[in-house]
Amino acid sequence: MSAAAMVPDREIVDLALTPLREMHARLHGLPQDTNRTAWQILNPRGRHAVAVGLDAPLDVEVQGHVGYYAAGMNQLARVTIHGNAGPGVAENMMSGRVHVHGSASMAAGATGQGGLLVIDGDAGARCGISMKGIDIVVRGSVGHMSAFMAQSGSLVVCGDAGEALGDSLYEARLFVRGSVGSLGADCERQAMTPADRAVLFDALARAGIDGLDPDGFTVYGSARRLYHFHVDHAGSY
Amino acid sequence: MCGIVGLFLKTQALERDLGRLTSEMLEVMTARGPDSAGFAVYGVTQPGRTKLTLRDAGARDAGGVGFERVAHDLGQAVGADLALTVHDDHAVMSVPDARLGAVRAALSSVAPGVSVVACGTAMELYKGTGLPARVTGRFDLAGMSGTHAIGHTRMATESAVTTAGAHPFSTGVDQCLVHNGSLSNHNQIRRMLRRQGQEFETENDTEVAAGYLSWRMGQGATLGDALTAALSDLDGFYTFVVGTATGFGVLRDAVACKPAVMAETDDYVAFGSEYRALVDLPGIERARVFEPEPQTVYHWERAAA
Repeated sequence: MSAAAMVPDREIVDLALTPLREMHARLHGLPQDTNRTAWQILNPRGRHAVAVGLDAPLDVEVQGHVGYYAAGMNQLARVTIHGNAGPGVAENMMSGRVHVHGSASMAAGATGQGGLLVIDGDAGARCGISMKGIDIVVRGSVGHMSAFMAQSGSLVVCGDAGEALGDSLYEARLFVRGSVGSLGADCERQAMTPADRAVLFDALARAGIDGLDPDGFTVYGSARRLYHFHVDHAGSY
Repeated sequence: MCGIVGLFLKTQALERDLGRLTSEMLEVMTARGPDSAGFAVYGVTQPGRTKLTLRDAGARDAGGVGFERVAHDLGQAVGADLALTVHDDHAVMSVPDARLGAVRAALSSVAPGVSVVACGTAMELYKGTGLPARVTGRFDLAGMSGTHAIGHTRMATESAVTTAGAHPFSTGVDQCLVHNGSLSNHNQIRRMLRRQGQEFETENDTEVAAGYLSWRMGQGATLGDALTAALSDLDGFYTFVVGTATGFGVLRDAVACKPAVMAETDDYVAFGSEYRALVDLPGIERARVFEPEPQTVYHWERAAA
């Protein structure tokens, strides 16, 4: 915080003093070409919906732990959370970047359609559930049912994945460096193609992670057996 | 929804602040459960005596029985001195262990409108309908001290908004349980437990979970063993926080959709449905903050006083 105070062109919002709605009204009122791009949010104290719905190329630093849905629906903005995030961080993100320096609770990056979500710690259950194009990089491990019904995008897990990874998976690509508790229905281990390797390399690079060999990851994808009803698979639906 | 908070002290440093901290945590959880609230506090023990927490359903009307009269008449009936501390429509009656059975037997005839909310050497238990701040205020939770406390704010789903349906539920001496979620096989388990002699006062699913653990511990299981067995026998959604005379337990079902955050320091273990319930705890910025894993038994014990 003291370092921030020395940067004169940074807007500081102290949520101990400023109501959350007032802060959001200020952030949402900024034009696309604003030059007031650097924002610092103090004292989030686990509040819900901090820095949601941003739609300009802002650089927002949140100092502390946040509650539910932080940085949800993000477009264009770069949101950094210096703490842990509650359920649904960066849910339905469209573009931009959300970086959690701590761990995230369940449903991180749920339904995200674009952009990059980086979690330095662990993510809880259902990370990337129903993701639709977002890239998610988790330095630690993810909980059970991660990438459930994931449609597109990539989930990169540098640690382990819990049970039922990729259940009812569509076309998202899942990269796991450690162990997988179990695979969900229709999710299978696949050979890493050059395209997969490029996606993984790019995701790691954008997340600022170097020193990890892409060959140390295993890729999981859809076996495409559940796409269309087939009576032989009735037991799997 | 529903909100849960819990604070289990490992040292004596915060014992005088236990009630105040629990009260503040509960109030933060108002949005998760505005229908009713309740809490159990594990406070002072007195060798040779047991505390009965009583509730007089009519105490807030002009025609309430009057706890002093009840204590006096019960004391005469069983030939013992019964110390009494009144908290609004609840009262804690200190009963010599040797007269406990006689007091409980005489209660229904001496004061038919008075029910036993809980029984324990250390535990006192209070609950009521309305916003959490009003409930904790009525009983002056902030002024209470002790070793551990568990609180709940309820958004009712499985049964009516009544004081009896508020959490915590206590189904054994010094035992209580709070629950966020809903059980799907509670009728079946209740029938099984009734055959085993366990008594139930409501049709509430959470009371069944409490009764199940009491039954297991009554058969000699430790808190940890009882929670492990619950993983196989209780079906549904749950995050439970459980208290015993010296223990504190946490259990989440396999799907773990009911939230839970914990913080641990050298002085305490704290539980909150959301992190914001924990933000004002002393030393929270240095605490180990984590989410309890699904299907994993967590329990802490402190040396008996």
